[in-house]
Amino acid sequence: MRRRSIRSAGPIAALVALALFAVACAGSGDDDAGTPATGGGGTATTEPRLSATLNASGATFPKGFYEVVIAGYKKVQPGVTVNYNATGSGAGRQALQDGVVDFAGSDGLVDPADAAKYKGEFLYVPTVAAPITLSYNLGDVRDLTLDADTIARIFQRQVKTWDDPAIAALNPGVRLPSTNITVARRSDGSGTTENFSRYLVAAAPGTWTLKWGSTVEWPADTQAGNGNQGVAQIVKSTVGAVGYVDLSDAKASGLQFAKVKNKSGTAVAASVDGATAALGGAQVNADLSYSPLDADGADAYPITAPTWILVYKNQPDRVKGEAIRSFLRYMLTDAQALAKDVDYAPLPTSLRDKALTQLESIAVPVA
Amino acid sequence: MTTNTASADPTRPGAVTSPGRAGLSDRVFRGLSLGCGLLVLVILALIAWSTVREAWPAFPHEGLRFFTSTRWAPSAEVFGSLPFVYGTVVTAVVALVLAAPVSVGIALFLSDVAPRRLSRAVGSLVDLLAAVPSVVYGLWGVIVLAPWISRIYDTVSDVTSPVPVLSNLLAGPSTGRSLFTGGIILALMVIPIVTSVTTEVFDTVPTMAKEAAYALGATRWEMIRAAVFPHSRAGIVAAVLLGLGRAMGETIAAALVIGSSPQISARLFGSGDSMAAVIANEFGEAGGIHRAALIALGAELFALSIVVNVAARMIVRRRAGER
Repeated sequence: MRRRSIRSAGPIAALVALALFAVACAGSGDDDAGTPATGGGGTATTEPRLSATLNASGATFPKGFYEVVIAGYKKVQPGVTVNYNATGSGAGRQALQDGVVDFAGSDGLVDPADAAKYKGEFLYVPTVAAPITLSYNLGDVRDLTLDADTIARIFQRQVKTWDDPAIAALNPGVRLPSTNITVARRSDGSGTTENFSRYLVAAAPGTWTLKWGSTVEWPADTQAGNGNQGVAQIVKSTVGAVGYVDLSDAKASGLQFAKVKNKSGTAVAASVDGATAALGGAQVNADLSYSPLDADGADAYPITAPTWILVYKNQPDRVKGEAIRSFLRYMLTDAQALAKDVDYAPLPTSLRDKALTQLESIAVPVA
Repeated sequence: MTTNTASADPTRPGAVTSPGRAGLSDRVFRGLSLGCGLLVLVILALIAWSTVREAWPAFPHEGLRFFTSTRWAPSAEVFGSLPFVYGTVVTAVVALVLAAPVSVGIALFLSDVAPRRLSRAVGSLVDLLAAVPSVVYGLWGVIVLAPWISRIYDTVSDVTSPVPVLSNLLAGPSTGRSLFTGGIILALMVIPIVTSVTTEVFDTVPTMAKEAAYALGATRWEMIRAAVFPHSRAGIVAAVLLGLGRAMGETIAAALVIGSSPQISARLFGSGDSMAAVIANEFGEAGGIHRAALIALGAELFALSIVVNVAARMIVRRRAGER
């Protein structure tokens, strides 16, 4: 008995420390943007202790960010456990339809034909975005610029060598080798493939014929790698290879990536700032769906992928509903500052405020 | 096995002394074991029912083309399963061609060549191969084997390029992730099961037959040919077909090394795709009709496995009859 009471003092002290720490964090968060909505987010730390287990599954693309958010949220609300299972966007949406998860992560929007299969009205909560790089392996060619049309022709195997006139025209003064181009792409269905192909549909409509989807009908002489790491590995081990890889994996594998010409004709390197600029230039719909692909703005990196959390508007369970709201509020406020460290782009203030306002519409039964 | 039945025997005299209780317990036991047996059927039926139900939207969408079309393009909502059936069959056949002789060799070594102690050690090592998770085989295949073997493939293609049929089958260039690499990995994975079944079959060859062969002056190889093989033919076929079932259903290892290009190509060193692999690869991000089509592939694989299994039984029965 005595030993147990001594042991339990530790966690209590930790809780107090964490609460103080969390209040301090909230304070600094409020300094960033003094908008009413973010101020509301600050209350996340003064709200009563919650106790719930939230299960979620879905997109693998934002997994790195969500892991950091979940770890950070555990410090604010130690009683809430959030499990995010990165099964893929499609599986996440299916799980939400079946009602086996509390919310789902998705890189894509719900097909209007499928909307009726859900158990009620759901909300899109934009959480974060990230650039998709065009990583390449070309030895001492450190500075390479591509545009949508050329990317489309490379990935359709119409441009087959690096010294092709189309590439040379975009890179005056760069000595391009005559190396054959090896195209690396995903073997698994992927939100990254979906966003990359959507970008080509939007930005190179006349050239790109393979349409868009989580799996694309790639030419047979392309190389398939499993996951972002798999593609990165092919690029890294093959001279002349080029592939689409998300920024954090490209950096982790030490790959070089090309600058991509955006809508306003500026060549922009893949970066978190470029992605945030693309979010700023994107047209946001009333339901907070939006596409930052091929966005306006001189600094916008054009291949920027969005991601959302899908959550039911009417929550049947009060405790869980409040925990979901609190967790998502944390993700949109304090956690946004954590995004950059893991190579994701935080939402611009305007979009974040809209998302926070929308969160308030999540209905929870009164006790 | 024999020790088990021997130790069960002492309980039987007890049953004779109290027939009433034994009758009841016999009936309970009978009911329980019948229930367990029926459970298998129920589970199989439920699997079949729910896969077909989930897959159903794909059939009106594609019709017969699902089975005959060679084009799989989820982004265009075209779903033909033939490339995957082709890849599944080719990799499984390559796997068996590679694995069967090796397995029979190992089994002969274990049953007739090696001293008993060595044979037991090697036998458990082979069983250990079966315990390696398939993702480990897959990762080894894609990280270690594929880059290394692509150079061998290229050499083989160069050497065989003047030969008419082989120049097509073995054409390069290869990245190492190919139908053939898939076959090699699958071969490694089916060797344990084929070996252990074959060993058991070889162990059942009557010692008398073997000794008779030796008595007639046969060498060990002649004894194996004259006594072991004729007795075991049906068993070997059964073992190989069991391996075939395993190879056809193998998922993650195949998904990693097969190259993931849904195409029907005679090039063994080129990339392909198999039914199980494409399900593993695309299911997570699939929605709507794409998801249904993947489940339909699962149902087709299920049906194909049943066909292979039934065929295996029939072959075994016929062969057993011949003997």
